[in-house]
Parts: sequence; C-alpha cells; structure tokens
Amino acid sequence: MDLNLTQEYVDFRAEVAQFLQAHKDAAPNRNDRSVSSEKRLAWQQILLAQGYAARTHPKEYGGYGAEPDALKARIIAEEFSRAKMPGGISGQGINMLVPTLLELGTQEQKDAYIKPTLEGKMVWCQGYSEPGAGSDLAAVKTSAVVDGDDFIINGQKIWTSTAQFADMMFCLVRTEPDAKKHQGISYILLDMKTPGIEVRPLMTMTGHAEFNEVFFTDVRVPTHSIVGNRGEGWMVANATLTHERGMLGDPDAALSRLHSIADIMKQEQLNGASLMDNDIYRDRLVQLQGEAYAMKMNGMRLTTLSSEKKSSGMAGLLVKLQGCELNHQMAELAIDVMGEYGMLYEDSPFVRDRGMWQTHYMFDLGLIIGGGSAQIQKNIISERGLGMPREPKPAKPAAQSTN
Amino acid sequence: MHFGLNEDQTMLQDSVGRYLEGASELALVRGFVDGDPALAAELQSGLMDLGVPFVLMPTEQGGLGMGVLEAALIQEALGRNVSPSPFTAAYGMAVIALRTCGDSDWLGRIASGEVVMGVGATEAIGAREGAGLALSGDKVSGRASFVMGAEAATHFLLTTGEQLLIVERGGAGIEEVALTTIDKTRHVVNLDLKAASAHLVSGNNHGEAQSKMIDTGRVLLAADSLGAASMMLEKAVAYSKDREQFNRPIGSFQAVKHMCAEMAAKLEPCRSLVWYAAYSQDHVPEEAALTSRLAKAHVSEIAKFVARTSTEVHGGMGFTDLLGLHYWFKRIGANRQLLGGPQAVREEAAQLQGWVA
Repeated sequence: MDLNLTQEYVDFRAEVAQFLQAHKDAAPNRNDRSVSSEKRLAWQQILLAQGYAARTHPKEYGGYGAEPDALKARIIAEEFSRAKMPGGISGQGINMLVPTLLELGTQEQKDAYIKPTLEGKMVWCQGYSEPGAGSDLAAVKTSAVVDGDDFIINGQKIWTSTAQFADMMFCLVRTEPDAKKHQGISYILLDMKTPGIEVRPLMTMTGHAEFNEVFFTDVRVPTHSIVGNRGEGWMVANATLTHERGMLGDPDAALSRLHSIADIMKQEQLNGASLMDNDIYRDRLVQLQGEAYAMKMNGMRLTTLSSEKKSSGMAGLLVKLQGCELNHQMAELAIDVMGEYGMLYEDSPFVRDRGMWQTHYMFDLGLIIGGGSAQIQKNIISERGLGMPREPKPAKPAAQSTN
Repeated sequence: MHFGLNEDQTMLQDSVGRYLEGASELALVRGFVDGDPALAAELQSGLMDLGVPFVLMPTEQGGLGMGVLEAALIQEALGRNVSPSPFTAAYGMAVIALRTCGDSDWLGRIASGEVVMGVGATEAIGAREGAGLALSGDKVSGRASFVMGAEAATHFLLTTGEQLLIVERGGAGIEEVALTTIDKTRHVVNLDLKAASAHLVSGNNHGEAQSKMIDTGRVLLAADSLGAASMMLEKAVAYSKDREQFNRPIGSFQAVKHMCAEMAAKLEPCRSLVWYAAYSQDHVPEEAALTSRLAKAHVSEIAKFVARTSTEVHGGMGFTDLLGLHYWFKRIGANRQLLGGPQAVREEAAQLQGWVA
C-alpha cells in the first residue's frame, strides 16, 4: 500500500494538466451531446495525437500505441474531470467494436473501420437485445439467411442507443436456425443506411428517447460483413462484453455527486433552516458517503490490480451492481431533501436544475436494469465469484403423466 | 501508486491467520467462553512469539514500528477466528496513545510483556449514566465503563476526557465489575474508582493522543468485523453448496445465491475501505479522522447485514449453538456498539466536515 505517485506519474499528471490548460479553447462544451460536431471531431484529433484518446490502440489504426497503464489512464480521467473538460469520444464503437475487431476481425475489417471509428467519424450502435432476448441474450431471433453473396436480415432489435445517428451497427443475428441456441448466432456489421432498416425512437419514463427500436425488413448485407465464422457470434459477442465491463466506473464520480447533494442540503431551506441541519437527512448523507468512499477505494484497488495484470475477482464483479445502486440512492436523497421541489420536472416554474435529480433517479433505475440486470449480476457474482452451483435446467417435459 | 497489500503485509496476515486457524479453532474458543482462561493465555504467548503485540511499538522499544494497516490486518485475522485477544485495546489503542505521548517507560513495560493494557475510552466518546472520571492529585475517582481488553489486562489506560492515566488492575480503591455481553469471546468490565492511585501518562498532548487512540480503535473494530463477516460469508457459501433440500444443493436456488451475492457485493468494498482508513492513519493525516469514522460506521452496517443473512442461509442450523455461527454474529454485534454506534459515529463525521450547525 503506497498511495504516493512516483516521479514518472507526478510528471505525467503535470503534463496532462498543462495540456488541458493550454487547450481550453479547443475543447467543445462538456454537455454537448451531439456526437459529431466539427469542434468535437477536431478535439478528438488533438486528443488522439496527444495519446489522451485511444491511448493503447495500435498506431497503424490511428491509435497512440502506448503500453496499457491503468494508472496513467486514471490520471488522464482525473485531470479531465478536474478541468471540467470533455475527454475523447467514447461509445460502443470505440469501447466494444474496436477491441473486438482487433482481436477477431479480418485485415479488411480492421483497415476499413478502426481508424474512422477512433476519429469519431464513424459512429456505431449495438444490435444485441431483442424483445424476446434480454437477459437471455442468446435467444435472439432476428434471422440472416444467405442469398448469393448476401445475408437477408429480418427481425427487430431494441434498446439500441445512438441508433438514430449511428453510421453502422454491429449485431447478433441467427444464421443457423437448426443449430443449438448458442451455436446458431453470427456477429455482423452493417451500414445503417441500407434499405429496409427503420429506426424508431423508444420513449422512456424520463420523457426522453434514450433508446430506439430498429426494424429489419429484407435488409441485404454482404456475407463478408461477418466477424468470425458463421455460428461463432456468441463467442465474438462475449469478447466484446468483457470489454464493456472495462468501460464502467469513474471512481471519483460517486463522491463528486455526493458533494453536490451536500451543497443542495446547505442551500435548501426548510422553515428558515438549512436542510443540512436535519439530523435524518444528514445521517443518510454520511451513510452514503461511507459507501461512496468504499466504492472509490474499491476502484483504486481495481486500478492497481489492472496495472499489475492481475484478475480483479470479486472487486471487479460487484462494480456494476453496487455502483448503479449507490447512484440511485444518492438521487433519491437529493429528491427527498428538496421536499415538494423534488417533484418538479422539465421546465416547471421554480424547478431546480431542470429536474436533473428526477432524471437521474429514473435513468439510474434504467442502468440497474440495463447492461445485465441486478439479478443477472447477482447470478454472475454468486456463480463466477463465489463458485455457487448454477440453477439446474428444467427437465424436458416428460410424457404426460396419468395421475 | 499501489493500492493493495505488499508482500510483507500479505505474509504477515497469512502467518497470523494460519496460526489462529489452529490455535483458535472453535472448540478452543468454546472452552474459553465456558470459563477456561487457558486459551487466552495460550494465544497471548503464541501471538507474542509471532511478534504481534509489537506491531505498532516503535523500534526504539524493540517493536516492529509498523503502521495501523498492519495492525488492522492482524485484527481482521482475529475477527475471522473469533479469537479471544486483548489486541484492539492492548496493542492497538494503548500503544498508539503512549506512542503519541512519547511515554517510553510504559511502552517498554508493554514490550517486555510485563504489562498488558486494557483501555477505557467510552467516556471520551459519549458518557452514559454515571460514567466519568475526575483526577485529584494522583488519585482518580469515578466510573470508567465498557473497558476493553480485560481478557489479559494487568493495567488499564483510562481518560478523564482531558488526561490519560493508568491504574493497576486490582489496586486499592478499584472495584471491577465484569460485564456479560453477547460476545463472550472478549471481556469488557466497568471500573468503579474511589481515590485509586493513578499514573499520569507523560507528555502534554493527551488530547491528540486520545483522538488517535479512538481513531485507531475504530479502524481496528472495523477490521475485526470485516474478518468476522468474511468468515460468515464463506461459511454461508460452503453450507449452501453442501446442504440439500428438494434434491438439490440449496446454493443452486437463486433465492439463496442472491443472498450470498448481496453479502459479497457489499462486503468486498469494505476491505478496500478498511485498508485505506488504516493506511490513512499513518500516511494521510488529513483524512485519518474521517476515514476512521466512515469505516467504523459503514463496516458495522454491512457486517450486521452479513451476520443476519449468513445466519438465514444456514437455516435452522444457523440458529443453533451446535454450529457455533452465533459467535461470529455476536462478535459483529459487539463491535457495532463499541466506541460509538454507527449513527453516533456518522454524526461525528458530519461535524468534522462542518455539516453540523
């Protein structure tokens, strides 16, 4: 245990901070959600050149080619957050597709897709979930049938964030309907402008359409758009799911959220007294602070485990479950301390922060459900982390019993 | 930066853990609980051989000069094995206090094994009825309640709130009242003092020493609960794989798996929190007071959840004396109450941050 940074890292931190100071004007607004504004693409170029985006991706595909170093990655994240400046473009293309192509893609696929994706010029969406394939993802039914040099795709995807402005999709389709569930799936890349694709926004409880549904009607895609072989899509997708887990969690995010709630509690008044003077709210705040500290330290431990290339074990498996739950509980406290103001939303008169905490409260519930629901997380923790037995498969329906 | 244990720290914890697994096995703990003091004496000398009592002792006194993190690792092993040991008070809290005051005389006597120090610090945290000490000359009167480390104490380190003093166990004017707590693996006493002879600890920074002593004590209690709760989780998982109902191990039912997953997911971050809280006592002084309180409060809550849930996973057996799971349940229960319960400690944490008007 030694939390001091060696000189190399102290220097690195200073270098990042200095860079950010010098490039303040080049950075787009942090809250600018548009994925491909000119300023954002230019900022991405600057970050790529500096190695603050795609840091460990190979140089030949437009990355910076640095050795993986979890601590430097963390320092970069911390300094960007401290400077309140946006980091490089992230998203499912960079975080999930690129690592998959690097591992399993053909040379043509690597050449065609990785560089523009890293540069932010090619935006991807993920076509995994279907109405009938959520937690049981391998139950996907969207079909791809070979016709000459093409697959013909029919079916539906759901929960497809960014589909409305994505250029491309990586998706799971069933190519071998007669094979066993997990062996009949293929992993396919397709252009979202292909005829027969319809994107419909999916309005959620927050009042926004954070997701979409995507419908496929006789969509023709060349057979060479497959990653891996036919029937190997489940294995290819699992390679990406591993990468998705790596995306999660800025260890300082929870504590900074906590401090903004502390600020609300100091400012909001009830009968002329600060809400911070309320013993019960204050106790809830400190209770969450204890949890947030524990999660932050767990994150520091993961940084060290990762830089030593050691397995993260239980400390890693719990992050999604506990991190989402903690965020949800913090939003709940923020709403509670605001009393009646806590229910105001959107552009209501007197609304605080445009109802941001209600949005968090609802959206965080979505995060508890999405990306592997809390119940699936608990299965993973107990089976992979604690070595507990799997739920036995239900017996095949036996011949009709007479009694 | 390295967040985790180094090789020496891992080795220290492993060697203490291995020793306790044998020396403090449940049958022996039961013997101690039933009134045979042999185990406490045996552990005291066994831990002495391993150097455990010297962990926080400065090297000038022949100690190991290690930090609170190393002490917490030892304490975690003691909690895992519900070991009867006065470690928290005698070699954690008392040594930190005396070290801070620079009292080499008493440190030397502890190092030689001649003195084992119990500690009464409750009055400095929140005095319950009738508690509180007053010093007049070199005589002390009043009541010190919930004094820890009575398993093996030869002396007691007490506080008037402002001053730290030491009395000899069994001395004139000291009436000792043994308390029966839920946790019979450790002994807690009340001391009623009537003009008892007191030795004032040297140095003039008793306030600072008292704060550090309590901060360290809370980190160690958190570590003890972490160890006890980890063991309860492991026992629940092992039991659920073994126990069959409806022709299958109960651990294959999601209802049971999810209970275990919840325990693990809540408990594992406590390990990092305890490490950091302990490390910060020596290396991040501006965080030491806060992290000690957050660790004490948070680990107390999570360990209580684990204690209850693990007992439930064990079904009826968890409720019996036969299995002995209740020793861990009660150890966690007592740790929660000692040196300030979670709400009281959280209120102190709020005060530290200027959140209390």
